[in-house]
Amino acid sequence: MLYNVLIDPFVQMAGAPDLFVQTIWEGLVAGVLYALIALGFVLIFKASGVFNFAQGMMVVFAALTLVGLHEKGVPAWAALLLTLGVMAILAIAVERVVLRPLVNQPDIILFMATFGLTFIIIGLGEFIFGGEPKQMIAEELGLPQGTMRFDVLGGKVLIQKIDVAAAVIASLMIAALALFFQYTRIGRALRAVADSHKAALSVGISLNQIWVIVWFAAGIVALITGIMWGARSDVSFALQVIALKALPVLILGGFTSIPGAIVGGLIIGIGEKLAEFYWGPLVGGGIENWVAFVIALIFLMVRPQGLFGDKIIERI
Amino acid sequence: MAETSTLSPGEIMLKVENVSLRFGGVKAITDVSFDIQKGEIRAIIGPNGAGKTSMLNVINGFYHPQDGTITYKGATRAKMKPYVAASQGIARTFQNVALFKGMSTLDNIMVGRTLKMKSNFFWQVFRHGPAMTEEIAHRRHVEEIIDFLEIEHIRKVPVGKLPYGLQKRVELGRALAMEPELLLLDEPMAGMNLEEKEDMCRFILDVKEQYGTTIALIEHDMGVVMDLSDRVVVLEYGRKIADGTPDEVKANQAVIDAYLGVAH
Repeated sequence: MLYNVLIDPFVQMAGAPDLFVQTIWEGLVAGVLYALIALGFVLIFKASGVFNFAQGMMVVFAALTLVGLHEKGVPAWAALLLTLGVMAILAIAVERVVLRPLVNQPDIILFMATFGLTFIIIGLGEFIFGGEPKQMIAEELGLPQGTMRFDVLGGKVLIQKIDVAAAVIASLMIAALALFFQYTRIGRALRAVADSHKAALSVGISLNQIWVIVWFAAGIVALITGIMWGARSDVSFALQVIALKALPVLILGGFTSIPGAIVGGLIIGIGEKLAEFYWGPLVGGGIENWVAFVIALIFLMVRPQGLFGDKIIERI
Repeated sequence: MAETSTLSPGEIMLKVENVSLRFGGVKAITDVSFDIQKGEIRAIIGPNGAGKTSMLNVINGFYHPQDGTITYKGATRAKMKPYVAASQGIARTFQNVALFKGMSTLDNIMVGRTLKMKSNFFWQVFRHGPAMTEEIAHRRHVEEIIDFLEIEHIRKVPVGKLPYGLQKRVELGRALAMEPELLLLDEPMAGMNLEEKEDMCRFILDVKEQYGTTIALIEHDMGVVMDLSDRVVVLEYGRKIADGTPDEVKANQAVIDAYLGVAH
């Protein structure tokens, strides 16, 4: 038994390195996508202290809008731009209708408000575009199709081109966000708002404007996540459950850290694929769905603030 | 550093008239009137809970009074948004330091320049062209403030790690970066030791002298208040009980009663 758990999987890894590399790659791709979802949460949590329950639904809604517009005959690139516009409108609406009236309320109230928002977005999406699953228009958007084969360590590794594209686009977007946060006036203002609302107000930063920007940024992240996930499966409301996978990522990376979201996403992605492939057969498989939460639980016990999160020290 | 104001020293910069502020049934401020003249240091004192901080919050737009008006640089208003107050030259510090804890001293003070930055977003991302020129100009300005406040050595330190006294100084720096015409200081010397207090006094006087900034400050240390301020307004239970020069206020019976208590 102990041999099966502690030693045999590593013997397998060493015995078939090409399979090992393949598994790592699969994990890496899943990890990048988890990181993207977590990033959407982190953006909003940083700037407004709200855990945005609707983030998962925003991913579905963005993808659905894109595909739905294309179905109605809008060319792919125009549909992409229009969807961006829709996400901007959503950000403005959320700020006006949800955040502004609830400013200074306890976090739990804002959290519940995003809960409500989730159902409004679901209803809206179903009302406009219908509830049946749709095909992502990956090809029309110019995303590469097909697979590549590499010779690795005496075996073959299969790589989907779309996965490479996902990794590249995600990296570019994360780099852009980092630049934006670090070097621009608005980025500095965003970090300021995250630290102290009243101090930010006192130097003339408009909270309303910042919130719109942050929700729009989260909307863009949601759209890209939606395209990438949609391209691997269908665009349907079932997709929103992937948002649940963001939770262990956030626990691992810390709710306020962008690097944390990335590293956390990769650890969870790679961790669950390795666990599924090498340890899964011991219990009959299917552990991919819950192993992430086990990793997160263990992590919570050791480092509750996450890898890069702010350590909470209360002065008494 | 301060923008040229149309007011000359001695003219009334800010006038608070019959302001009342309530939170539900709690009266924070009741019918208070006073003014602040250009170029003076105006102290607001009073026992704890007298409504001093609420008064500052009214002036910079955090709170909106139910009654009364505020006239700033000739324009009368009942309420104002913090954003507008900031863009019209009102800067402030807070009683319990409110800094951006994760950011360095330099970045904290740079945030104070937010309203002065105009270059567009595209250039900012790439740190080129007009944005670079602008960033350099603002950085120079910030470095001047850092020199002025003698905090060169903590330029790159995240402010969360600094001792309290230095945090207060950084907060003053951030307010100064806004090139304020009216600077509101909420207990700038709270929790400081004697040496730090002396430094802070010196900075406040220097700000007034070098930049001609008008200052309104709340302070509990009476020695400091009497030394620094040109005029003092005294609040108790949300009402004004005295207003005048430090000497007049010191001799006022109502003030003595408020601070020492009255025999019943």
